[in-house]
Amino acid sequence: MSAPAKTLYDKLWDDHVVADEGDGVCLLYIDRQILHEVSSPVAFAGLEARGASVRRPKAQLATVDHAIPTKDRDKPVADPLARSQIALLENNATAHGITLYGSRSPRQGIVHVVGPEQGFTQPGMTLVCGDSHTATHGAFGTLAFGVGTSEIECVLATQTLRQSRSRNMALRATGTLGRGISAKDLAMAAVGRIGAGGGSGYAIEYMGAAISAMSMAARMTLCNMTIEAGSRIGMVAPDETTFAFLEGRPFAPKGPLWDEAVAYWRTLPSDTRARFDRVLEIDAGALAPQVTWGARPDLVLPVTGRTPHPDNAASAPERESLLKSLAYMGLTPDTALQDISIDYAFIGSCTNSRLEDLRAAAEIVAGKRVAKHVTALVVPGSSTIKRQAEAEGLDLIFRQAGFEWRDAGCSLCVAMNNDRLAPGQRSASTSNRNFEGRQGPGARTHLMSPMMVAAAAIAGHIVDVREIG
Amino acid sequence: MEPFVSIASIAAPLPERDIDTDIIFPARYLLLTSKTGLGRYAFFERRYEADGKTEKADFPLNQPAFRGAQIIVSGSNFGCGSSREHAVWALADLGVRCVIADSFGDIFYSNCFKNGLLPVMVTPGQRADLTTRASAGESLDVDLEHQEIRTADGGVIAFRVDGWRREALLNGWDEIATISQTRGQSIAAFEDAQRRRSSWLYADE
Ligand code: SF4
Repeated sequence: MSAPAKTLYDKLWDDHVVADEGDGVCLLYIDRQILHEVSSPVAFAGLEARGASVRRPKAQLATVDHAIPTKDRDKPVADPLARSQIALLENNATAHGITLYGSRSPRQGIVHVVGPEQGFTQPGMTLVCGDSHTATHGAFGTLAFGVGTSEIECVLATQTLRQSRSRNMALRATGTLGRGISAKDLAMAAVGRIGAGGGSGYAIEYMGAAISAMSMAARMTLCNMTIEAGSRIGMVAPDETTFAFLEGRPFAPKGPLWDEAVAYWRTLPSDTRARFDRVLEIDAGALAPQVTWGARPDLVLPVTGRTPHPDNAASAPERESLLKSLAYMGLTPDTALQDISIDYAFIGSCTNSRLEDLRAAAEIVAGKRVAKHVTALVVPGSSTIKRQAEAEGLDLIFRQAGFEWRDAGCSLCVAMNNDRLAPGQRSASTSNRNFEGRQGPGARTHLMSPMMVAAAAIAGHIVDVREIG
Repeated sequence: MEPFVSIASIAAPLPERDIDTDIIFPARYLLLTSKTGLGRYAFFERRYEADGKTEKADFPLNQPAFRGAQIIVSGSNFGCGSSREHAVWALADLGVRCVIADSFGDIFYSNCFKNGLLPVMVTPGQRADLTTRASAGESLDVDLEHQEIRTADGGVIAFRVDGWRREALLNGWDEIATISQTRGQSIAAFEDAQRRRSSWLYADE
């Protein structure tokens, strides 16, 4: 008898079961954890209160990203709360023997950028982080998901978590992305299709020709937004692109261990006859640039679209929600998206702050000027990316166009440091969430790709990047 | 952890879908490094005017009828978005012990159980009925032991919670202590086997 056909998710799950707790719940072994300053303090305090130690310090990695300012990095952090939160992480990591990329480290950056960049994230692993965008790491064929602070403490203490098994969803992207269209547009279209809560309880595997052709940066962008469809887990099967990306990175296996690891990684892709509980298909070749118009990531339209009429809503609660979104966003029904003027342009976040994103945006802005009324910011995802971009002269292109060139961090994605919009201001943003208040109380966020944000910054309003030179 | 067996309380209606954790706990208060005393920041933008002090009269939790409600009845996908456990800590500090909704963000749902809060999933129809009752000021009886919500007129809505989560909440068990005590040997055995099978995962140790 042959073994039952399994999905990538099933294989990773089965390989990490420590104990079956019944009722679909297993105690799962967690291979790696990434820590940042915001979600970890209470976990370390809890650990100390119970007199426990970190079970595997080498299985943890800490970096500062959320609260850290994106300028004047050589000076002490001005905000006393941010300063003490960052110091707390630095102290906790040092006290427990955990590798730390502190505020002055050349490897510092956003958790979901730094993990892959350093080769800490690898196929076949289970990996968690106290941050909902941990699905980003699924791009490597890693079973990665966001957890709360209590779960961080549990992993520090036991290296395990009790988890309910998810169902399997496949999202097949056929065709080839057109000019001016990126993984971000596919991610946003997928969220629109599945809906804000539609992926809840599922692990999503992205597959198909459009995915196989993607770079690792593009796959990370795609997996990153999985949580916006309600699913904690988004994955891509590891392949030659994955292995080529990882080889030689600081934490990647070396010598004979590399060959052993790759041999195992090659067994991970879903079996051809594996069954998925739900299958969706998107023609990547037919996609237009995507833009959100409301205060939910699934309120998304092609850039050629117009804001909806609440009267066309499918249900009464949906109508309420549309009206609320329009009011919050300061928009009226049936407005052409391209008529919407912006105050801010933000290129950054764990969705779109990698070198390839910055290159794509720089190509659009080269030799042009940011519109007079727009404040434009580029915040690289890591200090490493910042240096690489500077070596290529990208910083110069951005600066000459009128963008500010900042230090690495989460910045305007979450507005926890001093980067923040004023109430009523509107941004074109490469981040992943357009929730009410996400970029500051009363701030209005339109999500789009780096190329689209770059184009909007120049035009001063939302614009179809395919129509500019 | 404070056990949850059953509570009887008035319920605050928040009949909206997709109330995300940024709404429940705005990001700028995430700089705080303790989990106590966070109730004052719960729903901050919804509760207060721009001055951060004046209460908005239209927000249910500000209305005399719902002040001190231990139950919230909300729409689908409650607690979606950011993984911040601060959202749960803030609700708990506000005195909320139970959220009833047609669905929840997965991470929020699991965070609740670590903090003595019970998230109850009901059908959209049941939720609409409970919203009407909550708005009328009716008290609800949420009983985890029997996994049912009882209404003032004797109506019963059954719900279900995973076996181990229910046990832990009923008894106020500390999950980390439970895992260490009952699974310590299995974890060590798993690590031994994994070290043999996938030794690159232990190369630095
Ligand atoms: S960039 Fe934004 S979404 Fe990503 S980890 Fe930072 S705050 Fe979270």
